[in-house]
Parts: sequence; structure tokens; C-alpha cells
Amino acid sequence: MIDTNLLRTTPYFTGLGDADIAAVSGHVFVRKADRGEILSFEGERAEAVYTIVAGVVKTYKTSADGKEQIFRIVRPGSTFNDAPVLGDSFNLVTVEAMSAVELYGVKQTDMASLIAEYPVIARNAITVLSRRVQDLVTLVEDFSFLHVTGRVAKMLLTYLHPDAAGHPRLTQQEMAALIGTAREMVGRSLKNLEEEGIIRMERNRIVIADEAALRKMAGVAA
Amino acid sequence: MKNEMPSIDAELCEGCGLCVGVCRCGALVLDDGKVRVLPVDSCGWCGLCELVCPTGAITCPYEIIVEDGHR
Repeated sequence: MIDTNLLRTTPYFTGLGDADIAAVSGHVFVRKADRGEILSFEGERAEAVYTIVAGVVKTYKTSADGKEQIFRIVRPGSTFNDAPVLGDSFNLVTVEAMSAVELYGVKQTDMASLIAEYPVIARNAITVLSRRVQDLVTLVEDFSFLHVTGRVAKMLLTYLHPDAAGHPRLTQQEMAALIGTAREMVGRSLKNLEEEGIIRMERNRIVIADEAALRKMAGVAA
Repeated sequence: MKNEMPSIDAELCEGCGLCVGVCRCGALVLDDGKVRVLPVDSCGWCGLCELVCPTGAITCPYEIIVEDGHR
């Protein structure tokens, strides 16, 4: 059952009047999935665009050696599969439910006719895509210009205190904010440092195993 | 000693429950519109709760230390 009051608050259908929302809701279907379920596979043809009603999903790519790069964490009220559906193309990323989820979906063919019929939906689609481009440019900037691992190394050394009482405690989000990057980049850098044996991740502790190597990576004299 | 558990800032928590949905060890419950953390041994500090929280109310901070004997 589609909640039209909820539907009119979603990115594609905001600004539609009562009659239009009722008509549009006929093209919307509900999809439910459990935690861990893959909702879209990278490389497959994009079948539907989804808005999250409940739960949370991640969009990601996996490299040949199994490393996962998360692109977005998508929460209620936000959409995914936008670019491939609107471009009638293939999924650029894999989408996985991180919890039980409820989604409102619109099939690619229905979305194309809705956009042709309702200028408001076409404008909303532009806004959604524009926002996505802005987010991706920020991510590309991080990948291209910041030597993130070096900055993470420097940050670890800066926030390392020799006395037990003065140990600062940082979340990965705080580490990202400190060095001006995305949390995903911090996670990846910590993994890189761990793979090289420079640090060890121990539940809620980051143990520096090779301080000299960490200093070298950070460009800081020993 | 009990495992340290993720911390909740009750003022920031809006009770959306996203963290409860992603937690794999059943450590999080919604209680009167706020999330409460239960002490469980199986919490592996995966950070998913922090990752999905839209308000930054739940956090999994790290202590940064040098390996024993190296400093």
C-alpha cells in the first residue's frame, strides 16, 4: 500500500498536487528486503529507481582484490539507482540492504513516461542528479588531490599521547573531519596502514606497531 | 571487565532506529524514543551504527596507542 502523503515528500514527487500524486502512485511499487540482501548488482541493467521508506542501504564497488569502496549510505527519504535508470543504462554500483528495508520503486519505463508527462518530476529529477554530481565531485576531489593515507598517518601521530590519562579518543568521522576528507577515505587508509603492518586495529584501539614507518609515511622526522 | 560499548548522545538521538536495524549483535534497542546500548560481549566495534546515524548521536571512538615497549 502506497502512502501518498509520504510519496509527496520524496525527491521525485515533491511539488505534485493531490490528483497528480494519486495518479503517480499507481506506478509506484513496494519492495521489502532483509539485511544483507543485494538490491542491485553492478553491471546489470537498472530496472527501477528506489526511494527508501525505512531502513538503510549502502552503494559500493568491489575491487578485483576484494576491497570495498562505499559511495553512499542512503537513508530514509533518499533515492538510489537514479543515474542508470534516468539514463536507461546499467547499474554503476552494487546496492546492499544494511538493515531490513522498505522501498518505493518506480520501473525505468514508468519513470520515463512520468517524466514526459509531469514537468515537475522532470525538474525534480534534475535536482536529484545535480546533487549526486556535486557529491561525486567532492569524492573525486578527495581521491585525486589528497594524499589521505599520509594525512591519516600524521593525524594518528598528532593524537597519540604517551600518558595513559591523556589518550584522546577519536571516531572515524572525527578523524575525517580533522584531515578534511570523507569517513570512507579514513577507513580505507587505516586498512592500507594495517595491511602494511604499520598499525593494528584492535576493536576500539588503533595500535601503532611500527612508529618509524608511520612517521615516514606522514613525512614527519623521527 | 565488560567490553566498552558504543556511546549515545541522548540529546542528538532522534530515535530513528537506523542503528538498531544495522547492528548485528543485538546491542541496540529503542527505548522510549531513544536508542539504548546494552552491554554484549559480541560487539566487535564494527562501526556500522556510527556509519548510518544521521545525527552523529552514536559513536565508536578509537584510542590511539603505540605498541607496548615501543615508547
